[in-house]
Amino acid sequence: MMTEAQTMSLFLGCVMPNRFPNIEKSLRVVMPALGVNLEELEGASCCPAPGVIRSFSDPTWLALASRNLALAEKEGRDIITGCNGCYGTFKEAIHAVQEYPDRLKEVQNILKDVGLKYNATTDAKHIIEVIYEFGPENIKKLVKRPLEGVRIAVHYGCHLLKPSNLRPWKQTQRPTFLDEIVEATGAESVKYRDKFICCGAGGGVRGSNVSVSVDIAKDKLDSVHEVEADCILNACSFCHLQYEASQAQLNKESGEKKYQIPVIYLTQLLGLAMGIEPDELGLGMHMISTKPLLEKILG
Amino acid sequence: MNESIERDHIDTEKMDPEFVDAIVAAGADRIRTCIQCGTCSSVCPSGRRTAFRTRELMRKAVLGLKDDVLSSPDLWLCSTCLTCLERCPRQIKTTDAIIILRNMAVKEGYMLPQHKKTSKILLETGHAVPIDDKNREKRKELGLGEIPPTVHADEKALEDVKKIMKKTGFKKLIEGEEAGSEK
Repeated sequence: MMTEAQTMSLFLGCVMPNRFPNIEKSLRVVMPALGVNLEELEGASCCPAPGVIRSFSDPTWLALASRNLALAEKEGRDIITGCNGCYGTFKEAIHAVQEYPDRLKEVQNILKDVGLKYNATTDAKHIIEVIYEFGPENIKKLVKRPLEGVRIAVHYGCHLLKPSNLRPWKQTQRPTFLDEIVEATGAESVKYRDKFICCGAGGGVRGSNVSVSVDIAKDKLDSVHEVEADCILNACSFCHLQYEASQAQLNKESGEKKYQIPVIYLTQLLGLAMGIEPDELGLGMHMISTKPLLEKILG
Repeated sequence: MNESIERDHIDTEKMDPEFVDAIVAAGADRIRTCIQCGTCSSVCPSGRRTAFRTRELMRKAVLGLKDDVLSSPDLWLCSTCLTCLERCPRQIKTTDAIIILRNMAVKEGYMLPQHKKTSKILLETGHAVPIDDKNREKRKELGLGEIPPTVHADEKALEDVKKIMKKTGFKKLIEGEEAGSEK
């Protein structure tokens, strides 16, 4: 059974529209084919980032997150996001005001000043959540270009999964939902060491301690290199940035070109399997060339 | 006395008993139950390659070593991956505790220059990572609007966001505090 089409407010955040518009493009092209109509969330701001801005001022973080949620609530829609950080912020912000009525009042008072009502009735979903609801079986029906023989290193990221008590996933340890979506395209999700490790970008670490941050990313890049996967697959704009930029930086530092693993965003992969042209999916605008992967898929 | 060998000790006057109360009140309610097992440090991706020890941070927080904890640069090495929070056998919200400590540190004037810069960008543009010329071009090439339909495309929305950041004290926290440090 196909799921009925639904309309959701697309929350772009910062990194996707302002650094990786190619990912945004793939999301806008592919999501409607999976039964999700995307409406603009006009005037939205930074989510704000759960490990950075929240670390500086928790009340500011909650107020701005609630403003974004209130904009969607005004339209009577739920938010959909393609960034683990934004997802984490909204999930935690919703929990905070629903659990603690004082915090809801505090936020309502602030939002009143900018003419917004907020009742904490809006939910926020990650694209993976919505795609998984659509279902791997239904994805299989849309596949026109089976990705057989393509070996993929799936990366979940952190805020998608944790804290597990505030997330919808039934399996809190070693989940498989993203692997199931990926394998619906005919590709293989390969096993590799430290699959569930952090990308290293969050918490303000990339911004302030870039060497530590890149070194964390290197752990996973080395594991993926070791199993000779064709690409890293992610569904978070910040993890995406981290794995692309860290490879470029590691190559620059070593003067070698060891790190050439294409980093592919989920809707780009699904689009390829659905027979959409690579340019329509922004696959020609990566920091690390996607050419080896595309050659393998397109022949 | 051999002055080159010194036994570590904690000065009683350095211990602030109200410190842990404040951390508990802000949401890390089980921090006092920490048994120093070290699970948090053993799963920490930053701790694998740096001297950052979450366990040490938790112990010092419980002991009330406020200045020591809040001035520590290690406090900023947590990537908020939440693995320690998931694995803590006492269900201490370790990551929340770190965010609470960071909020306290910033209030005391401890903030890394790069973080201040990001905050200023947010205050100015409503985005922590704003659009640039290169990405305007990319957007056009992709057939997307040159400017995303966010605060970037809506002056009134940006004014609202600025108003909120003023009301929550963020503007003063970031800009006012800088004026103080430039002695």
